[in-house]
Amino acid sequence: MSVPNGTKVPGGTGVMVDIRSVHKSFGPLHVLKGIDLTVRTGEVTVVLGPSGSGKSTLLRTVNHLEKVDRGVISVDGVLIGYRRTGDRLRELPEREVLKQRTRIGFVFQNFHLFPHLTVLENITEAPVSALGRPRREAVEAARRLLERVGLADKETAYPRHLSGGQQQRVAIARALALEPRLLLFDEPTSALDPELVGEVLDVIKDLARRGTTMIVVTHEIGFAREVADTVVFMDDGRIVEQGPPGDVLDRPRHERTRAFLSKVL
Amino acid sequence: MSSDTLTKSAAVPETPDGADLPRIVPQRRLGQWTAAVVVLVLLGLAVNSVLRNDAFQWGVVADWFTSDAVLRGLWLTLWLTAVVMVLGFALGTLLAAFRLSANPVLRAVSWGYVWLFRSIPILVQLLLWFNIGALYPQILGVKTVDLLGPVTVAVIGLTLHEAAYAAEVVRGGILAVDRGQIEAAQALGLSRWRRWRRIVLPQAMRSIVPPAGNMLIGTLKGTSIVSVIAVQDLLYSVQLVYHRTYQVIPLLMVATVWYTVVTSLLGVGQYYVEKHYARGTERTR
Repeated sequence: MSVPNGTKVPGGTGVMVDIRSVHKSFGPLHVLKGIDLTVRTGEVTVVLGPSGSGKSTLLRTVNHLEKVDRGVISVDGVLIGYRRTGDRLRELPEREVLKQRTRIGFVFQNFHLFPHLTVLENITEAPVSALGRPRREAVEAARRLLERVGLADKETAYPRHLSGGQQQRVAIARALALEPRLLLFDEPTSALDPELVGEVLDVIKDLARRGTTMIVVTHEIGFAREVADTVVFMDDGRIVEQGPPGDVLDRPRHERTRAFLSKVL
Repeated sequence: MSSDTLTKSAAVPETPDGADLPRIVPQRRLGQWTAAVVVLVLLGLAVNSVLRNDAFQWGVVADWFTSDAVLRGLWLTLWLTAVVMVLGFALGTLLAAFRLSANPVLRAVSWGYVWLFRSIPILVQLLLWFNIGALYPQILGVKTVDLLGPVTVAVIGLTLHEAAYAAEVVRGGILAVDRGQIEAAQALGLSRWRRWRRIVLPQAMRSIVPPAGNMLIGTLKGTSIVSVIAVQDLLYSVQLVYHRTYQVIPLLMVATVWYTVVTSLLGVGQYYVEKHYARGTERTR
């Protein structure tokens, strides 16, 4: 694929996300201490770990909501947030970063739907204003997406009138409206009442079956077991271990993974 | 009543209309009634004294109420208020953006502006601007007194004053918007301008409109201060009349009633503006 001003970086075919020795600090707090992670196209990677382990921060660096202090991240062969000139990485102007973000969908823990816009307007806003799609086309696409997440009858509702689970499904439809190459989920069910978790996970599972590349930060171990191709366990800013769910969840090699799983299972 | 029936009726009334249940008697509010009567009597006395006091000369009030001189003054008050509000909020929004920017110089300039213009009383400021010719006799080769007439001075002085307050109101409104809204818009690739116009400002307006409505009413009345530099607003117009006719009280009543009428209309307008920006966020009462 080609993105204007994007710099191609080496990476095997079928690699969607390539994260290399990423460091990030907030003041004196060293949150990411050298993260290396590869996500292959069409695969679901689930990131587990105790709170404060850096998993949300890692996710936010992938679409440059957080700038990294060191290291490189590329998505679909394109460096995120920077362009390489010689041995330097130069920060891209905001316009370019915004363009890169339209290829990466992000779903927040607290949905962050726009409260003053209807469900339909929430979904069509980005395709129309960021991609320049004709409004009619965007509306039709939005309706198809709403049907897919089971909310076809809610297009004129305002977010406040929906349940948490419905809001999160709208947020997923909003992210999908840009037809992203990659979807990032930041604890998508953590703000939901327990009985609403299932409907959101069902939508994500459906996306997984369709071969959408995803990174999901979550505490839902059952979901990880069922959907993940790779489970990544993070603790204290590092990836402690990663592998197929059968290995990491059932035969963890590391003591910290075992300790974490024994608490959440 | 046996304890047996008590338990039963607490769960589900035996009879459908609950005829066997004790009736609920609301508390008597003697104090409320007394207070209401006392206040009404006092109010009646006050209204009576106003209506029966011939010194108000309501006939004179009626004669001057829609006279040309008064309407011209009212018109100046109205457009001066509108111009000052628009320019003041435009400058105030810019100052708020400066204050919230990542650039420390812009932040400091904005802070300094608000500090300075909130510190100088508006009356002092108007007099300073009115006498600015003493500092700068000429501006761009034109005599300052020709360039800055009283009305221009009024617009400049009131606007600069208004902007300092507007900046804080707008800043407060923007800060009230959830940070996650901006992040969501960034994640969707919305441009800076689009984020501001479509996401932040409409939500900020919800917290901006009530204090801005307050300021609008304050400004409408505050423009009366320009009478000190002989700008013929509503107040100065009636003053000009009563300096001639010595009917001070009735002419002040003309101004009073007009200010009240316009303020009331603005209050109605504010209700609808607030309703518009409350889309999707109505409280369920």
